[in-house]
Amino acid sequence: MPLLEINSLTVDYPTRVGTVRAVDRVSISVEKGQTLGIVGESGCGKSTLGLAVIRLVPSPGIMTEGSIMIDGTDIMRLSNNEVRELRGKVGFIFQDPMTSLNPVKRIGDHFVEFIRTHEKEVSRQEALEKTGKILESLGILRERTTDYPHQFSGGMRQRVMIGLGLALNPKLLIADEPTTSLDVIVEAQILELMNKLKKDYDLTLILITHNIGIVAEMSDLIAVMYAGRVVEFGPTEQIFENPLHPYTKGLLESAPNILHPERSMHPIPGSPPDLISPPPGCKFHPRCPHAFEPCPLREPFLVMKERRFVACHLYD
Amino acid sequence: MSLRSYVIARVLLTIPMLLLLLTLVFLITRVLPGDPVLLHFEKQAKPEAVEEFRQRLGLDKSLPEQYVDYLTGVLRGDLGKSMQDFSPVAQQIFSAFPATLELAIFGMIIAVVLGIFLGVRSSRSYNTGEDHVIRTFGIATYAIPVFFLGMVLQLVFSIQLHWFPSGGRIYPGSEPLGLNLGGFHLATGLYTVDSLLEGNLSKFVQALRYLFLPSFALGLVLCGIFIRLTRTSMLETLRLDFVTAARARGLKERTVVYTYALRNAFLPILTMMGLQFAALLAGAILTETTFSWPGLGRYLVDRIAFRDYTAIQGAVVFFGLLVALVSLMVDILYAYLDPRIRL
Ligand SMILES: Nc1ncnc2c1ncn2[C@@H]1O[C@H](COP(=O)(O)OP(=O)(O)O)[C@@H](O)[C@H]1O
Ligand SMILES: [Mg+2]
Repeated sequence: MPLLEINSLTVDYPTRVGTVRAVDRVSISVEKGQTLGIVGESGCGKSTLGLAVIRLVPSPGIMTEGSIMIDGTDIMRLSNNEVRELRGKVGFIFQDPMTSLNPVKRIGDHFVEFIRTHEKEVSRQEALEKTGKILESLGILRERTTDYPHQFSGGMRQRVMIGLGLALNPKLLIADEPTTSLDVIVEAQILELMNKLKKDYDLTLILITHNIGIVAEMSDLIAVMYAGRVVEFGPTEQIFENPLHPYTKGLLESAPNILHPERSMHPIPGSPPDLISPPPGCKFHPRCPHAFEPCPLREPFLVMKERRFVACHLYD
Repeated sequence: MSLRSYVIARVLLTIPMLLLLLTLVFLITRVLPGDPVLLHFEKQAKPEAVEEFRQRLGLDKSLPEQYVDYLTGVLRGDLGKSMQDFSPVAQQIFSAFPATLELAIFGMIIAVVLGIFLGVRSSRSYNTGEDHVIRTFGIATYAIPVFFLGMVLQLVFSIQLHWFPSGGRIYPGSEPLGLNLGGFHLATGLYTVDSLLEGNLSKFVQALRYLFLPSFALGLVLCGIFIRLTRTSMLETLRLDFVTAARARGLKERTVVYTYALRNAFLPILTMMGLQFAALLAGAILTETTFSWPGLGRYLVDRIAFRDYTAIQGAVVFFGLLVALVSLMVDILYAYLDPRIRL
């Protein structure tokens, strides 16, 4: 049984000017211990998908269809209290560490509060002890638990957020663009740290990013999203070695490629569609160099092809 | 800057501010055209009597001398003598002040508690019926004059329902005595506190019953601004990343709303509390008149009727000092609550 199984999930944001379908019939499954990379340009629904897994889609978003199973439990059926418990078992790391911590709360108190919310029998002293250990394993001095967030740099704060994500030995850790707001050197350090933690904690990890280069070394699986749809989903090597979907190819050509640094960079022309009134048929066809007759007419199904799923009329 | 050096700097900054305030009051009452003494007598007294009167009040000296007398007097806690009976104004103010303070404290508590509670609810039910009802309520209380609201409350709750007395501070003759231990005497002038110090619960309840309507009227008219401020401030903080991150950690909704969102929304509310203090005093004065509450407001109204300019000046100086002191305390509290200021 997969640890996480998302089935035909659809998330809508009803707004005054129309309904944004941010996630459109997405199906993904992740086995325990695997790392899944979710890649796509910004605005294609990655964060919404990640937040849906802990039932934290921001208002006015609603999950209109599909199911999410974690360890065999359908999270749509959980009560509010059970959702809170679930959030103790699934860590979530946000994009901007500068704003993710409560400015009036000491670093240590973030941990103590979190640990003691979910493990009521743990004393404050024990929780602090544990906090010290976690911070040290992330390269932060134990003494700094009494500091406030503003006394930490961006990279240090992201380490703190990672520590919070790991504090309760989560079943699943979701990192939503954890390095996007950091500078390149710090980004490399954080990625290296996450790679190490992944092994140490035997983590199941979902790494969300707009930079396909980042997931190359870290993930076992990649899901490429475009305009709310998963357009290609499969093992990382398959996708890097032989991308099938024109959008995946475009992403690979537009990013500096770690596996193939000799390839030159070509950004994808145009920009992602407005999700209130997306183009008919395949949503990528207006930007697609290979578009042909069926593309504007019918939406392609996700089909198995060369050991991965792909949704493109080229492979019907 | 440490908290301590911040406090010292802030206290030092208060000194020129106070000097400016005192000078302004002096300029307005003594230097601007219009002789307060002649105004007091309405030009009907004999010139010799007027001259003697001036001497007794020290108003015969040159303006610079008067200015120095006035400043050194304030430093010693001397606010001059009343034109009415030559008794020290400071003493009269100090005996009337506790009543006003008690009314102001309870009024502020009611305004803040009600305002924050309703503001938080309003922000959490953003754009729903509940939100609209609370906002309308806030605007309505803001627009109603306190004396009118006071009269309505009197009419309903004391004259019709007889739940609360319609005026006064306590049943005459049962003023609480405070704490008396051997030769040691402690009384604050706040009847709720003194009755507890005396250990007399029935007096405490009585004091609360007298206090309720006036402080409720005052709290209600002031709560509108706190509703609005809490609501806007909460709508902003509820959207912040660390609130979402707190929810993502599965913290209890109460913790998220109060220790994450409200705690960060609180700084502007606190500033507003400080700024509203002047409005609170003004409101207290009007409330006191409606409820025959024997505080500074009533004192001031009485003195105005007598054209007692020295007393009025003393009361204005006192109010000014009070407002300055409160804003100083609010700033220090602000620094204490926001660790980023303590850099
Ligand atoms: N709270 C919201 N209200 C309305 N629309 C939203 C909201 N949050 C996100 N969206 C829309 O949903 C789409 C997907 O957003 P998001 O999940 O943040 O994408 P990504 O993380 O890939 O950048 C975007 O078109 C965005 O404008
Ligand atoms: Mg995002």
